[in-house]
Amino acid sequence: MKFGVVVFPGSNCDRDMQEALQNDLNQEVVMLWHKDKDISSFTTNDCIVLPGGFSYGDYMRCGAIARFSPMMQSVIEFANKGGKVLGVCNGFQVLCEAQLLPGVLLRNANQQFICKNVYLKGVGSDKALKIPIAHGEGRYFADQKTLEELEKNNQVIYHYCDENGNITAEANPNGTTNNIAGIRNAAGNVFGMMPHPERASSDALGNIDGQIILKTLLMS
Amino acid sequence: MTFSVQVKVMPLKDLLDPQGKAVMGGLNNLGLKGINDVRVGKHITLQVDAANEDEAKKIAEDATKKLLANPVMEYFEISVN
Repeated sequence: MKFGVVVFPGSNCDRDMQEALQNDLNQEVVMLWHKDKDISSFTTNDCIVLPGGFSYGDYMRCGAIARFSPMMQSVIEFANKGGKVLGVCNGFQVLCEAQLLPGVLLRNANQQFICKNVYLKGVGSDKALKIPIAHGEGRYFADQKTLEELEKNNQVIYHYCDENGNITAEANPNGTTNNIAGIRNAAGNVFGMMPHPERASSDALGNIDGQIILKTLLMS
Repeated sequence: MTFSVQVKVMPLKDLLDPQGKAVMGGLNNLGLKGINDVRVGKHITLQVDAANEDEAKKIAEDATKKLLANPVMEYFEISVN
């Protein structure tokens, strides 16, 4: 399988993602420019990643303008055919705006841009995973019906938790609904999460918990 | 004919608006009295070529539903000058 990483104007985690996939996970990576739309070399066994950053300067709403870029039209088609798509941070916001995932990411309840390590409970590990977050708009919100469906279908892939894996109000960094840090779509091929696994995938960085997430979501 | 269309986009009424809260804090620091709530939205102006006002409004509505507002978090009002 191979990976495509989309580069929007304002993406700033695209190279981190490339580095993590290529050097830490030994995968083939192709960078995909937002103005291009040809992804005919990708099959549904491959995976496309929307990286973190501030696509189009976060103008209008985070991810709102990126959603209409030429490359995104191909990514939406790719996702609807069953190809795997992961959006991290701004990528998660783009996926919500593109309606490949339900809901929206609102401004953090405490009005601050938060950049720190947090713990996640979810797929791939019984233990809490230590992963950094870096966002100003990470408060997940959806209407009650959508939230119930997400929980019922096990579509919440990561909850914020404490070091011991307890999902508590104190462990919620940004006021997100039900401690939600990441979700997947009903079909199980589109994933979005605010925390950055690509920033925690290298021994040199002293934390490889992110590898567990990338492998679990994309390579299993 | 060109119509000037005004689009008001506001955060949904029952959603927390941290930006409004921050501005409220600033107003309090200024010592201004009597303001007890602030909510911050957007005002967007479109110049729309259309045959009549209704058509201009329709075009603006389409643009708003597709890009200018996200109904999960915002509501909007459109007026034509």
